[in-house]
Amino acid sequence: MALRVTVLRLNLAAIHHVNNLYSVSSTRKLTENVASKPKAASGGETMTGHLLYTPEHLALKESLKKIIDQEINPYVDQWEAEGIFPAHKVFKILGNAGFLGVNKPVEYGGLGLDFSYSIAMSEELGNIRCGGIPMAIGVQTDMATPALARFGSAELKKEFLLPSIMGDKVACLGVSEVGAGSDVATIKTKAVRDGDEYVVNGGKMWTTNGTQADWMCLLANTSDGLSHKNKSLICLPMNSPGVRIARKIDKMGMRSSDTAEVFFDDVRVPCKNVIGREGMGFTYQMLQFQEERLWAVGNILTMMENVIRETIQYTRQRTIFKMPVLHHQSVYFRLAELETEVELLRSLLHRATALYIRGNDVTKLASMAKLKAGRLAREVGDSCLQYWGGMGYTNDVLVSRFYRDARLCSIGGGADEVMLSIISKYMDTVPKAPPK
Amino acid sequence: MSRVLVGVKRVIDYAVKVRVKPDHSGVVTDGVKHSMNPFCEIAVEEAVKLKEKKLFKEVVAVSCGPAQATETIRTALAMGCDRGIHVEVTGKDYESLGPLQVSKIFAALAKKEEASLVILGKQAIDDDCNQTGQMTAALLDWPQGTFASEVEIEGDKVKVVREIDGGLETIKINMPAVVTADLRLNTPRYATLPNIMKAKKKKIANMKPADLGVDIVSRLEVLRVDEPPTRLAGVKVETVDDLVAKLKESGTI
Repeated sequence: MALRVTVLRLNLAAIHHVNNLYSVSSTRKLTENVASKPKAASGGETMTGHLLYTPEHLALKESLKKIIDQEINPYVDQWEAEGIFPAHKVFKILGNAGFLGVNKPVEYGGLGLDFSYSIAMSEELGNIRCGGIPMAIGVQTDMATPALARFGSAELKKEFLLPSIMGDKVACLGVSEVGAGSDVATIKTKAVRDGDEYVVNGGKMWTTNGTQADWMCLLANTSDGLSHKNKSLICLPMNSPGVRIARKIDKMGMRSSDTAEVFFDDVRVPCKNVIGREGMGFTYQMLQFQEERLWAVGNILTMMENVIRETIQYTRQRTIFKMPVLHHQSVYFRLAELETEVELLRSLLHRATALYIRGNDVTKLASMAKLKAGRLAREVGDSCLQYWGGMGYTNDVLVSRFYRDARLCSIGGGADEVMLSIISKYMDTVPKAPPK
Repeated sequence: MSRVLVGVKRVIDYAVKVRVKPDHSGVVTDGVKHSMNPFCEIAVEEAVKLKEKKLFKEVVAVSCGPAQATETIRTALAMGCDRGIHVEVTGKDYESLGPLQVSKIFAALAKKEEASLVILGKQAIDDDCNQTGQMTAALLDWPQGTFASEVEIEGDKVKVVREIDGGLETIKINMPAVVTADLRLNTPRYATLPNIMKAKKKKIANMKPADLGVDIVSRLEVLRVDEPPTRLAGVKVETVDDLVAKLKESGTI
């Protein structure tokens, strides 16, 4: 059973429930007030015949929400201030409840469910009151482990995948470098064969979970040749001699997620730690892009919803010129616009997910969704922050944290420009190089 | 003699800001988030723990209400109950369903299922009645251990530590018995994802109150529901004499 801090049970004083129709005895700290008007933005959770979600999806969300309310949200402010969250502790709690292996093979502790369950989980993680922790969880479940689950040897899966699903090992993904982000093909980290080991030299940047990770899913050049055919994915234990965590990067947002710059000085790793076939690393990593991008959208969707909800609550009680801020037409009209766009994005996400689990290639839709998510989040953050006025500018409110955290969406996990390139390719509008 | 019956109620989620319907006939429930009553969760947890200690063979989760009540039963199944019973009550009947009717249903089921123990939450967070456990025991003529913060099975008896105004009271009652769960009895487990998926295969039987020979006509009529009066601003006074004067003025003293 999950660990709980006893102080939560005695935290009845923190309950500020307005309506006395309800008994105030509850084991959980009340963290939000949700208006009891018809939940238009809930994505149809209370409607029957949901397009994507079955009662099991909803039960998954309910259970995860409880974990978030009890084990994560009460500590977010503290972890944001400290610049790091206890990944091993949080991942173990999630692992115990089965949430780290939703679409992973049953033989290694996963649940073997389809990707719609992963999306349900990513949407629910958006209820965490920061962006850093959902991002860190996403790396563990849908960035560092999918290729291993699909192509890794049984031995490799036993050593790295199983404990990652159980929540015993923290994973990180080593792809981006100081000199190569969107242009993954130009990474410089090399893994040179020496007997039955590789010797790794180089470095990685923007490594989420990097300071706490037990192992890294590393993309490195393992041969010379065409840049999309000479790379391999290698499971690298982070305590290997020569692995140096140069610094924890001080970021504008996502502050509870530790992001590391890592260097490799003659790091030795067994050749059997290669995932799948040597030279296929780039291909393997690309195969999971659709899932990575849809996952990111799920998260931020719920966060945007929550920010809009909180903005309505705040502006309803904050008065200006003798009436609530909310009652000014420019305010509620703008919120209606934002709500409309959030619903559009949700529809795209669910449509893409539904098509994906039926075996379709949804690269174009996934790229569109990621592109829209990043841009809409900036709009939602910016507009809502304005309505919070001075309060929005403080660090005491969710909207300012969202403003900082969500800005990453247009940059990381595939920058807007990369998404636009992909979409344009599918539209066949990219000019071709003239024939020689 | 080794079955536990657990009652679970679907209520408006504790975090929701409840609104009264415009016609003052009740509160808005359409489209509002519902979940299992927190005290019912504690009851389920206790029942499942007793089964895990091998003191009972089977835990049956029961809920009375419309179709959505099965969601609550599924949560109980995901927490470890073996099977569920959904007693279907809908529409106006459901709106007027109260502790007396539910107790009759539970009493009938306790007899039908030959339960040795019935565990309920001490009260529901929507009506705060704190009556169903007591009424069920009375209808069955069984002993009751209410407001339990500790439950221990000793042979064919149950030792219950009860939370009462003066402190803690320990009683020993014969089984079959009814126990109601209080806040500190346990910390309910999370429904793990594997158990959520396993719960899909567990059976939920469906029946109507009439099948149990229970009459659910209400003896109460709700006349009107209002929000609590809005809290008015207070007045600051400088001295104690001022305070006394103001209290006299308002007719309070």
